Amino acid sequence: MSNMIEGRGLIKRFDGLTAVAGIDFHVGNGELLGFLGPNGAGKTTTLKMIYCAVPLTEGDLQVDGMQVGGECRRIKAILGVAPQEENLDPDLTVEENLRVYARYFDLPKQVARQRVLDLLRFFQLEEKAKSHIESLSGGMKRKLIIARALVNQPRILILDEPTVGLDPQSRHSVWQRLTRLRSQGITMIISTHNMEEAAYLCDRVIVMHLGRILAEGKPADLVNQHTEGTVTEVRLDAQPGAPLLKELARRQIAAVHVEDVLYLFTQVEPDVLQGMGIPSASLVQRPANLEDVFLRLTGTELA
Amino acid sequence: MALPTFSRRSFRVWQRNRDVFLHLWRAETVPVFAEPIFILVAMGWGLGGYVGSVEGQSYLFFIGPGIVASYAMFSAIFECTYGTYVRMHHQRTFDAIIATPLNIEDVIAGEIFWAATRSLITTCAILIVIAAFGLITSPWAILTPLLGVLGGLMFGAISMAVTSIVPSIYSYNYFFTLFTTPMFFFSGVFFPLSSLPEVVQKAAWFLPLTPMVNMTRALVQGRFHPGLLLELLYVLAVTLVFFLLSLYGMRKRLIK
Ligand SMILES: Nc1ncnc2c1ncn2[C@@H]1O[C@H](COP(=O)(O)OP(=O)(O)O)[C@@H](O)[C@H]1O
Ligand SMILES: [Mg+2]
Repeated sequence: MSNMIEGRGLIKRFDGLTAVAGIDFHVGNGELLGFLGPNGAGKTTTLKMIYCAVPLTEGDLQVDGMQVGGECRRIKAILGVAPQEENLDPDLTVEENLRVYARYFDLPKQVARQRVLDLLRFFQLEEKAKSHIESLSGGMKRKLIIARALVNQPRILILDEPTVGLDPQSRHSVWQRLTRLRSQGITMIISTHNMEEAAYLCDRVIVMHLGRILAEGKPADLVNQHTEGTVTEVRLDAQPGAPLLKELARRQIAAVHVEDVLYLFTQVEPDVLQGMGIPSASLVQRPANLEDVFLRLTGTELA
Repeated sequence: MALPTFSRRSFRVWQRNRDVFLHLWRAETVPVFAEPIFILVAMGWGLGGYVGSVEGQSYLFFIGPGIVASYAMFSAIFECTYGTYVRMHHQRTFDAIIATPLNIEDVIAGEIFWAATRSLITTCAILIVIAAFGLITSPWAILTPLLGVLGGLMFGAISMAVTSIVPSIYSYNYFFTLFTTPMFFFSGVFFPLSSLPEVVQKAAWFLPLTPMVNMTRALVQGRFHPGLLLELLYVLAVTLVFFLLSLYGMRKRLIK
């Protein structure tokens, strides 16, 4: 599997603020890679560097063998970009949004017309073809943004938070389509702060925090490496006090607390906890997930 | 610093703006004709009755060409101030476009070319109006649309350079009250500059609308003099400088 994207030592500073603090990553041909991290982790900045919207401060970035910085027009010709921010053209109808976008890629009129029809069908937007953007629901706008990103039949599709702000039904509808696209072999990169999305869609996940990469791997492997498979949640009445935390540490029980919820990553008998003043009734055991990986690595929540 | 360059792809942005304009042309057409007609009637006929003759011609005759040049200017300025700002900032249209093979210079050049096109459309519309008032006395008037394009490029570029530095859409108030409006009054549209004190006259000569008014008057009335060549060169120079400034300024503003 050859690499479609390779980044080495990528750094991005915005006067004084370091958004991306030196990361290395690659994306394989046909792979669906996810950047998972909370707001401000540097996901959008990383994606924007790939599509030449943000120049690198330092580092080396190649897309399909082409150098970012030198060959941006050629790189952008093989990319499809669905940005986080809705930027559909409100002066144009749904269908015109796609046709005008196709023109930016110099697609011949006939080809564009057919492709626009196909995309509207694929995203179930045919009935809205002549509507203006403001009459679309949030889910429809998202789908149209993704449809727009596909109009040039890109080799790499970049999706920045593709389902943020959507209701569960629209989210699943988007996921379904992304899964179908993946089965067609298109390389995809998504960013998300939703661990369910990362686990559901991605072949491989890169966990980002404060501009750095904390961990990387298949979603299931990450969970296995960083947790024991089960997490115990303890709902306390107040923030855990220092004596309790000290006691947990002394017994080598890995724990993180977020306000008055305590997460235990080590399997412990309820009696032991009871001995520390934690009543069994406040315990919930559940399977570990990517959120826990993040929690464990950073001590903070993902969203 | 390398000179900023744009490519033929800027035409794609021009096409986008044209498509939107064709949606809205009905809404845009009436104002294009209405305002100059009001001015010609109010000032030319109304005020003109008191003014008598200016430089040996009726007042209506005198102001006709200046109305063409200044309304062409207004349409270009409007396009590259409020028009561009809304597309850039509120609609994020430029962000969407620069994720395609176009770069920011293509977008900005396309916007300025579109402003030139709006100026051309306005020039033609008002030429028809002043022709209807009987104010065209020379076949050279047929070349006036070219001036419309040139003036549109210049005022589009100047406005775009301003757009590249305004902190918010409200900042244009300064541009309009301190630059555009004074230019409308002091560029020889409504009275010959020779009636101003010498110092003001000299300053007025540098207002970019002044040469546009003079050149339009020359074509519409078929009266030429060698000084016009210098004015043409001045306009070309201003256009070039501000065109480059706006490409440079917009990259600086939008690509961080
Ligand atoms: N254009 C910019 N100017 C200044 N700071 C920026 C800019 N873009 C992003 N940042 C900062 O960089 C950091 C990372 O942002 P971003 O890449 O958007 O993170 P994410 O997409 O993971 O939420 C944030 O602190 C953000 O405020
Ligand atoms: Mg983001």
